[in-house]
Amino acid sequence: MKAFSGRPLDSVTLDAVRSGDVSADDLRIHPETLEHQAQVAEAHGNPQLAANFRRAAELAALDDADVMRIYEALRPRRSTYAELHEIAEWLTSRGAVVNAALVREAAAVYQRRSLCR
Amino acid sequence: MADRRVGRIRALDAQRVNLDGFAVENADLGLIALRSPHDPEPSLRLVDGRVVELDGVAEADFDTIDAFIAAHGLDLAVAEEAMALPDVEIARSMVDFAVPRSAVVRLVGGCTPAKLARVLALLRPAELTMAMTKLRARRTPSNQGHVTNRADDPLLLAADAATAAAYGFRELETTVPVLADAPSNAVAVSVGAAVGAGGVLVQCSVEEALELELGLRGFVSYAETVSLYGTEDVFTDGDDTPWSKAFLTSAYASRGIKMRVSSGAGAEVLMGGAERRSMLYLESRCVSLARAIGAQGVQNGGIDGASVAAAVPAGVRELMAENVMVMARNLEACTGNDALMSESDVRRTSRTLPILLAGSDFVCSGFGTIQRYDNMFGPSNWNAEDLDDWLAMQRDWGVDGGLKTAPPESLEPLRRRAAEAVQAVYRWFGLADLSDESVDAAVDAVGSKDLVGDDALSVLNAARTIRESALSMVDVVAALAESGFEEEASRVLDMLKARVVGDYLQTAAIFDAEMNVLSLVTDPNDYAGPGTGYEPAPARQAEIDAIRQAKSVEDLRAEQASWASSSVSVVGPAAVGTDPREVVVGVSPATGREIWRTLSGLLVVDVLREILAGIEEEGGAGRVVRINDTLDLGMIGLSAARLAGSGVSIGLQAKGTALIHRRDLPPLANLELYSVAPVLDREHYRLLGVNAARHARGAVPEPAKNPYTDEAIEARYHTAVVSLIAVERGCCAPVGPDELKVAE
Repeated sequence: MKAFSGRPLDSVTLDAVRSGDVSADDLRIHPETLEHQAQVAEAHGNPQLAANFRRAAELAALDDADVMRIYEALRPRRSTYAELHEIAEWLTSRGAVVNAALVREAAAVYQRRSLCR
Repeated sequence: MADRRVGRIRALDAQRVNLDGFAVENADLGLIALRSPHDPEPSLRLVDGRVVELDGVAEADFDTIDAFIAAHGLDLAVAEEAMALPDVEIARSMVDFAVPRSAVVRLVGGCTPAKLARVLALLRPAELTMAMTKLRARRTPSNQGHVTNRADDPLLLAADAATAAAYGFRELETTVPVLADAPSNAVAVSVGAAVGAGGVLVQCSVEEALELELGLRGFVSYAETVSLYGTEDVFTDGDDTPWSKAFLTSAYASRGIKMRVSSGAGAEVLMGGAERRSMLYLESRCVSLARAIGAQGVQNGGIDGASVAAAVPAGVRELMAENVMVMARNLEACTGNDALMSESDVRRTSRTLPILLAGSDFVCSGFGTIQRYDNMFGPSNWNAEDLDDWLAMQRDWGVDGGLKTAPPESLEPLRRRAAEAVQAVYRWFGLADLSDESVDAAVDAVGSKDLVGDDALSVLNAARTIRESALSMVDVVAALAESGFEEEASRVLDMLKARVVGDYLQTAAIFDAEMNVLSLVTDPNDYAGPGTGYEPAPARQAEIDAIRQAKSVEDLRAEQASWASSSVSVVGPAAVGTDPREVVVGVSPATGREIWRTLSGLLVVDVLREILAGIEEEGGAGRVVRINDTLDLGMIGLSAARLAGSGVSIGLQAKGTALIHRRDLPPLANLELYSVAPVLDREHYRLLGVNAARHARGAVPEPAKNPYTDEAIEARYHTAVVSLIAVERGCCAPVGPDELKVAE
C-alpha cells in the first residue's frame, strides 16, 4: 500500500512522525487505490459508488484549494454557464475528464432550471 | 367552569404525552406519511437507453432531482423488469427470507422513486422489522453518538468522547453552538475518542464548506452533514444542487474520508416546500439521489423533522420505512432515533424499539452521549441519562444495540487521561493554557453546568489559531506522542493511515477497536432466516449480559455477611412452653447465620427487638426460636405456635416477611400477614408483636395492614428474594428448633 507521495504506508510510523519525517502527501490516498476501491464497489452491486470513487481518483491529484473552489462554483447561482464550461475545460486539462463531464452536465441543467448566475 | 372536564380526563391531560403536538393529516401541507393523493404514479420510459419519462414527468420538464436520478441513479438493465412487477411482489421479496438480499437490491436498482415509495408503504411494522433484519448492509450492528457541550469546553468534550468510546459508540459526532469553535471541537473529540478506544470515527457537523475543510486537514474522519432534500426548491434553498453534492461526495472520497448524506421526513414540510407530496415519496427521491450521486450511505428516519413525521398518522412507521428504503438501495443506513420526537418515554421507546430489535448499521444516528442540556443538536431521543436503560433493553431482548457497560471505576482515570491529553496538546501548540483545576472539573462533571470558570474566549482563540495556522492532525499526533500519550498518538495516526488504505470508504464501514474494517464488503449481512445472520459472539454476548447492576447469590451473600454480628446466639434446643401469655417468635433457618438484614434495610435483630417489645407492651411474654427444617413461612409460624404456651406465634423470614399463626390453623393459614417485606419499618413489626399478644389473650385486634405502595417493588426486589431464598434453603436441615437469645 502506497500513499499519494509514493511512500510505502508501512514506513509512516509514529517515530517517523516524531522526527518530522511525514508529509501531508504521505497520508493522502493514491488515485490507484481509489480505482481499486471503485472495482470493489462495482463487484458489490453499487456502480454509482464506483463512479464516485473514479471521480475521486481524478480529484485526488488536485490541490485542496482547487477542490474547494470547484465545489463552491457548482453551488446554486455561483457561476455563469460559461464559467462552468471553463471549469470543465480546466478539469479536462488536468486529466479529470469524468469530473469535467459532470460539470458540463450541470451547466446544461442549471441553464434550463435558472441556476446559473 | 362551563368546560370543566371529568377528573379522568384532567389526569390524562397531565401526562407527558399530551405535551406532544398531533396534526390532522393534511396532504396540502405535506402532513401525510405514507401516501398522498398528489404523489405521482410510478412510470419510466426509456428511448435508446435514455430515460425520457420519470414518475409522470417528461424529460424536458425534469427538475434537478429528476434529472440527476434519470442520468445516474437507475439500473436501466433491470428497470423494465422491476417497474412491471406488482408493488406487492417487490414488498414480499423484501420480507421473504428465502429471497436473497442481493436479489432485492438488484430489483430495487430498477425502481423509480415513486415505485419504491409505493412498495415501502405496503410493509407493516413487523414486516419492516423483518426487512431491516435482512436488508441492512453490515452484519454487525453498531451505534453513533453525539458529543457536544454548551461551552464548547475542550476538556469536557475530550472526557465525554472517551466515555462514549468506552460505552461502545463507533462513531462520534460533534457540533458547535459557536461556529468558529468548530476546529477546536474537532480536535478535542478526536483526541478524546482515541483515549477511549481505537478505531472510533469522528465528525464535526457544520456548514458544508467548513466541514470539508476540517476533513481535508485531518481533524475529522468522516462527514455526514451533506443534506439532501426531496424538492428542488428546498434543495436549492439548502444552497446546493445534486451536482454540487455529487462533487462534494467525490471530494471527500478523494481525500480518503468516509461520508454519508443526510435527509429524512419532515424537512420539506418544515420549510413549507413539500409540494403536497407524502413524506415517504419525498424521502424516496432523496434516497434515490443519494445512490445516484455515489454516496455510500444515508442518515435518515426523520432527523430534525422526526417530530413532524411523528405528528401524523403512521408517521413513526414512515420513519422506519425510510430506513429500510436506504438498505434496499444497498446503502449504509444510519437510522434516525436522533432528535427527540416526544416528551413521552413510552412514545420515544416505541419509536426506537423495532429498529433496536432488527439491528441497523447505526441504530441511532445520534444517541446523545452527553446530558440533554449539553446536546447542541438539541436533545436526542436517547441521552446520557438513558444509557443504563439502553443497556438493559439490549440485555432484555438479547440483542446488540452497539453499546456495552463502561465499568464505573474505569471512568475517572479514563476521563482524566482524555482531559490531560487535550490540555497537553493545547499547551504544546500554545492554543490555550487550560488549568489543572479545569481538568479536575471536567473529569467529575455530569455536564457543562459543573465546569469552573468560563474559557469561552480561550476556546475561540484556540479554534482560530488552529484554523489560521497550518496545523494539521499529523502535528497533533506528534504533540500527543511528545507529551506522553503514545498509545493515543498511535490511534490517531491509525485513523489518518486508514484514509490512505481507503477500505473504510466502502458501504457501511466502521472499524473495530483493532482497526479491522467491518463493512458490506468485509462483513456482509447474511441473514436468511432463523439460525442465520448476525449473532453476538460469546464475548460480545457477555458484554451485553453483564450490566453493572446484575447481582449473583454470591454478591448477596457477601453483602449480608458484612452485617454479621453476635447479637443472635443459640442457647440450646427449643422446648414447648407452658406460660399461657407466651408468644413464640419463630425465625427462618438462615436468620443469624447468613442473613442479617431484611429487604427493607432493617437488621433482623432490630426487627426481633421491636416484636418482643410489642409483645411485652401488651402484657405477653416473648421467646425466640429458630425453625431449622423449613423455609416456608406458614410452616415456620405453625411450628413456632406449637412451641408457644398460648398457641400463638409470629413467623419471621430473615428477609422480613412475617405473620401471626395459631397452632389449630392449617399450615398455610394465618391470623395476620405482612407480605411486602421491603416496605416494612420498625413500627410495623412492633404492632405485629402487640397484635400477637392480643391474639394470645383471646382478643380480636384490628389486623395490621401492609403499607400500600405503587412502586415496582417486585422489579426491585425479586432477584434479591430469589437469592435470599436460595441462602435459606442452604441453611435448611432436618433438625429440631434452636432456642435463641437476642442481645439487649
